[in-house]
Amino acid sequence: MAAITLKGLKKSYGSAQVIKGVDITIDDGEFVVFVGPSGCGKSTLLRMIAGLEDITDGTLTIGDRVVNDLPPKDRGVAMVFQSYAIFPHMTVRENVAFGLTISGASKEEKDAKVAEAARILQMEHLLDRRPSQLSGGQRQRVAIGRAIVRKPKVFLFDEPLSNLDAALRMDMRMEIGKLHQQLGATMVYVTHDQVEAMTLADKIVVLKDGLVQQIGSPMDLYHRPENLFVAGFLGSPSMNFLDVDVVDVSGDQATVRNAALDTVTLTIRHSGIVAGGKARLGVRPQYLSPDAESGAGVLHGKIVLTERLGAETIIEAMTTDGKPLIVALARDAKFAIGSQISLRFDPEFSHLFAV
Amino acid sequence: MASKFTVSHRSGWLMAGPAFGLMVAFVLLPFVFAVAFSFTNQRLISPNPTEFVGLTNYEQLLGLGLLTLDPLKDASGAVQMKDGEPEYPSLRSYTRNNPDYPQYDGKREWFSFSSGGDARTFVLASDVVFMKAVVNTFLFVIIVAPLQGGLALGLALLINQKLRGINVFRTIYFMPVVVSIVVVSILWKIIYDGNSGLLNNILSGLTFGAFQPVDWLGNTNTALGAIIGMSIWQAVGFHMVIWLSGLQTISPTLYEAAAIEGASKWQVFRYITWPGLRNTAVLVLIVITMQAFGLFAQINVMTKGGPIDSTQTIVFQAIQRGYGKQDISGGSAISVILFLIVLSVSLVQRYLTRDKEAK
Repeated sequence: MAAITLKGLKKSYGSAQVIKGVDITIDDGEFVVFVGPSGCGKSTLLRMIAGLEDITDGTLTIGDRVVNDLPPKDRGVAMVFQSYAIFPHMTVRENVAFGLTISGASKEEKDAKVAEAARILQMEHLLDRRPSQLSGGQRQRVAIGRAIVRKPKVFLFDEPLSNLDAALRMDMRMEIGKLHQQLGATMVYVTHDQVEAMTLADKIVVLKDGLVQQIGSPMDLYHRPENLFVAGFLGSPSMNFLDVDVVDVSGDQATVRNAALDTVTLTIRHSGIVAGGKARLGVRPQYLSPDAESGAGVLHGKIVLTERLGAETIIEAMTTDGKPLIVALARDAKFAIGSQISLRFDPEFSHLFAV
Repeated sequence: MASKFTVSHRSGWLMAGPAFGLMVAFVLLPFVFAVAFSFTNQRLISPNPTEFVGLTNYEQLLGLGLLTLDPLKDASGAVQMKDGEPEYPSLRSYTRNNPDYPQYDGKREWFSFSSGGDARTFVLASDVVFMKAVVNTFLFVIIVAPLQGGLALGLALLINQKLRGINVFRTIYFMPVVVSIVVVSILWKIIYDGNSGLLNNILSGLTFGAFQPVDWLGNTNTALGAIIGMSIWQAVGFHMVIWLSGLQTISPTLYEAAAIEGASKWQVFRYITWPGLRNTAVLVLIVITMQAFGLFAQINVMTKGGPIDSTQTIVFQAIQRGYGKQDISGGSAISVILFLIVLSVSLVQRYLTRDKEAK
């Protein structure tokens, strides 16, 4: 097990800078998820930790060693790829034992370690099959088994569930979570799926365009996003944003309003809010409600579309000044399309960002 | 035929017609003719009518005999010597009109070997030149197939690296393939020239004059080897490209996974590259073998089968018999024999390289 430190890490391909200076600390035994939209550099960062990409600038430390110039095999890492990368001409047993075969381990040692990995991943009955005879989830388990067997310091996962169907994704997600509890290993996990990030991570790193947007626990990032990007990235359906006028600022309280929003006062958590200026107010769909006692903030609009999901109702509304709004109501309810609606929210669960 | 099959596909048949017709005329019909002629005594131009002769041509080509003889002994029982070697009875006494040995009639000595004590076993063949052609052709195939295939794989592995300008090398290695084999043969005939050929000059220069010029194509020990070298040089680029396409179907993430597991270059080749090339290897092997059995153009241009039949090949013999000696039935018989050889070799190769894990 090992801690990982990325200090001022940069990566350029020729003149194109892909990673623009990243500082991340990963503690020993932590499950860290790198999340972000396509092209944000999360896979590149993972591959730099693995040693599959060169580091243009900055320092990468695994354990207490600077590993910038070390080849992958000397870094003590194991990687699980999106396409599994299991060897098609070997049986599952040979695939899982590959790292041991390479280092010349004895047959007894290989058999023992493969059996242990197979027991942990519940694939003892698959050991003599070939990859072509396995399903996607089974192949993924073989890839994980191959990683476990070498007892690496760090596990790296590169979007391992992206090639699986939705139902299987949930099962495998839980398996990976349980694996982390069992092994207690340091794991770095890359995904574009924020549900995976929220459920698996001890710590999430949100990336955009090669820069870190925010680092924190899932609940930290959900309830206290530091910028518009993080606020809109986590949470599904994503946060509603409204342009508002800042009427007054006194201390840490700001009073805001706009054509559809009744005047409301809320606590300022980010800098750049000035009286007389503009700001952007964010409210999550789950915190808007037509019920009268839901809060002091009131938004006026009319209903455009409803989606009844049984345990939840999604309402698409349009504010009186023509802006779209999504509401996620945690119960089944019927609404008339086109009817007027007043949506309430608790100002403490809203977020004010400078523009 | 107005069956539903042809009527509904009439335009298709019309379009494929010319190509189909050419294939029938130049591939299917000659094949049928060859098989038919091989059982006759057909000559290229002859006033006599053609007769059916059954397997005579095949017997003449493939006839073999074994004859073990004791050396001649003089009156006292001692072995008679000639030039320091035991003297044996004349073979001709057995092979010419000897009613006691009809099976040896018309055969000639091919080679002999000692078989215990002073006795010697003579291998007789009714067509010694054809036997030499068969041996030379097989020798060519056995040497060229692994050598050319292996060299092509080595080149493909080198070319497969992501280096700048690597495509220049790919072009250089492939260029000999697009040059006509006849042109290549003429060029190499000049290179191999015994007096002032380029090869002799280079070797002489490298060894500061210690190397004596060799008549590469005129020496029975070197002629076939010279042809082998030149043939490999010309065709290796073609198989390099086939290997290269096979290499590029191997997913790069497999190599990354191996790098993380710590595999050395040899381990990567053994566990990932070579297993991934299995299908390509079967293809390359079969194609090289088939092409090698058809060895002809180089022989025709450079050595015409000589010196002393050391570069005779099956196809060259077929052409020589059929068109040179006007014995079209003999040439056809040789063609049929070649077809059967290549067919058997291909079937054996297919069997040996079958997918053993297929369910």
